[in-house]
Amino acid sequence: MKLVMAFIKPFKLDEVREALTPLGVQGLTVTEVKGFGRQKGQTEIYRGAEYQVSFLPKVKIEVVVPAELVDGVVEAIARAARTEKIGDGKIFVLDVERALRIRTGETDRAAL
Amino acid sequence: MRKPARLAAVAAATPLAALPAMAQEAAPAALPAISAGDTAWMLTATALVLMMTIPGLALFYAGMVRKKNVLATMMQSFTICALVSIVWMVAGYSLAFGPGNAFIGDLSRLFLSGLAERWDQPFVMMEGEDPATIPESVFVMFQMTFAIITPALITGAFADRMKFSALLVFCVLWSLLVYAPVAHWVWHPNGWIYALGALDFAGGTVVHINAGVAGLVAAIVLGRRTGYGSENMAPYNLTLAVIGASMLWVGWFGFNAGSALEAGAGAAMAMLVTQIAAAAATLSWMFAEWATKGKPSVLGAISGAISGLVAITPAAGFVLPMPALIIGAVGGLAGFWGATALKKMCGYDDSLDAFGVHGVCGIVGSLLVGIFAYAPLSASGTDPGTAGSLGQFLLQLYATAAVFAFTAVATFVLLKLTDLVVGLRVAEEEEREGLDVTQHGERLA
Repeated sequence: MKLVMAFIKPFKLDEVREALTPLGVQGLTVTEVKGFGRQKGQTEIYRGAEYQVSFLPKVKIEVVVPAELVDGVVEAIARAARTEKIGDGKIFVLDVERALRIRTGETDRAAL
Repeated sequence: MRKPARLAAVAAATPLAALPAMAQEAAPAALPAISAGDTAWMLTATALVLMMTIPGLALFYAGMVRKKNVLATMMQSFTICALVSIVWMVAGYSLAFGPGNAFIGDLSRLFLSGLAERWDQPFVMMEGEDPATIPESVFVMFQMTFAIITPALITGAFADRMKFSALLVFCVLWSLLVYAPVAHWVWHPNGWIYALGALDFAGGTVVHINAGVAGLVAAIVLGRRTGYGSENMAPYNLTLAVIGASMLWVGWFGFNAGSALEAGAGAAMAMLVTQIAAAAATLSWMFAEWATKGKPSVLGAISGAISGLVAITPAAGFVLPMPALIIGAVGGLAGFWGATALKKMCGYDDSLDAFGVHGVCGIVGSLLVGIFAYAPLSASGTDPGTAGSLGQFLLQLYATAAVFAFTAVATFVLLKLTDLVVGLRVAEEEEREGLDVTQHGERLA
């Protein structure tokens, strides 16, 4: 099992979700986060006062999938979230040791 | 306000005294009674002006501060509404509109004494003046809403750092010793600026220059916010500010058209020019910002509207639509300059631009009315009205400078006094933590 953790532009969330559903992804978790990367930040100006906003809003998607699905999932997220402009985000893939569905007690692949 | 015709002068010119029989017949018809229409409009206008402070100004200011100070900022406007109402009832009205002398009213109307006898009579501001067509109670209340919004406007200058206790002490002192005298100078027939013939229809000097200059002095005396210039002080939620500014815009019709003190052609013209100036200033600030900073910001557009409303305030009952367009457009540019270049150049931290908008645009309007006044709008009885001229412009300049100087000095003294009694500024830790939790024990979720 693999955990795919993707940081994307907030307005791309719906497109990513639509791209993942046909691949058999059964569920995912979304968090609103802030951070910076190469995009650095933005300048906001209020009545002439300039503020360097160093943390930009992003959406973090976490989805755990069987190992054989991971390449398709990563590719689908990347395709859906890409605008080819700076700040499109990043995807990380991590190993997952165990999984458990709390209601039924099912474990690992059956719990996904 | 509309200047009532001098009834005494009219009476002296008419040989009524020589004809007692005719006088008896003519007198009842000549004396205006309370007009239901005028009174209905003034009751409405009064409610509109109160709405400018709560929730209008409370929202406008709260939307511009950081999240940790939102409640404290709203609390300032809300509390000032209650506090100044009582101050006005106890002594403020008497000091502003009691006969007194050229500089201040007197104590003859403490606790609104005299209303018991005159409550159902047409209001007469002073012996010999033409009676108004409204009862005094609505005049007291209408003026009360002006006395409320003026100190509430000042709070924008020292947002994020003043102790709540200091705010209360300062507002009581300032209402009685700065607002009331200046209102007396400008709007009471005994007042020295009124006697000079300087024009201020709805409070360019009394409300806006007064509050703006007091704000400037307060911003300098209190010092900059901790982290000013180095930390992010971006507004928490500009939607609140947009709603607040919109309520101010609508409420301003009560402020300006209500200052006619009647529901006539003068009030209608005041309303029209108010709308034109507000619209022109919204656009002039927006395009100026777009051209110089790259984007037309929401905060810029609403600030422009307020600038235009401020600039037209002293002129509302005295000018026609074309001058209103100019006053508004100039007001928007002046406000933009005041809140950006001027503030940056001088280095003070007028947090929400009480001086940059109200002070600067109040001055613009007070001066321009001296150029653009259209005499028939202020004519009444034998008075031909006041027309714009170089002489009138210089008179406006004189009145503006006098109010500026008095307010600056008096506000400085009152702030120092408040500092001695309770201390003006919260501790740096409290400022970092935010006024909501340190002053009021509450916070936004």
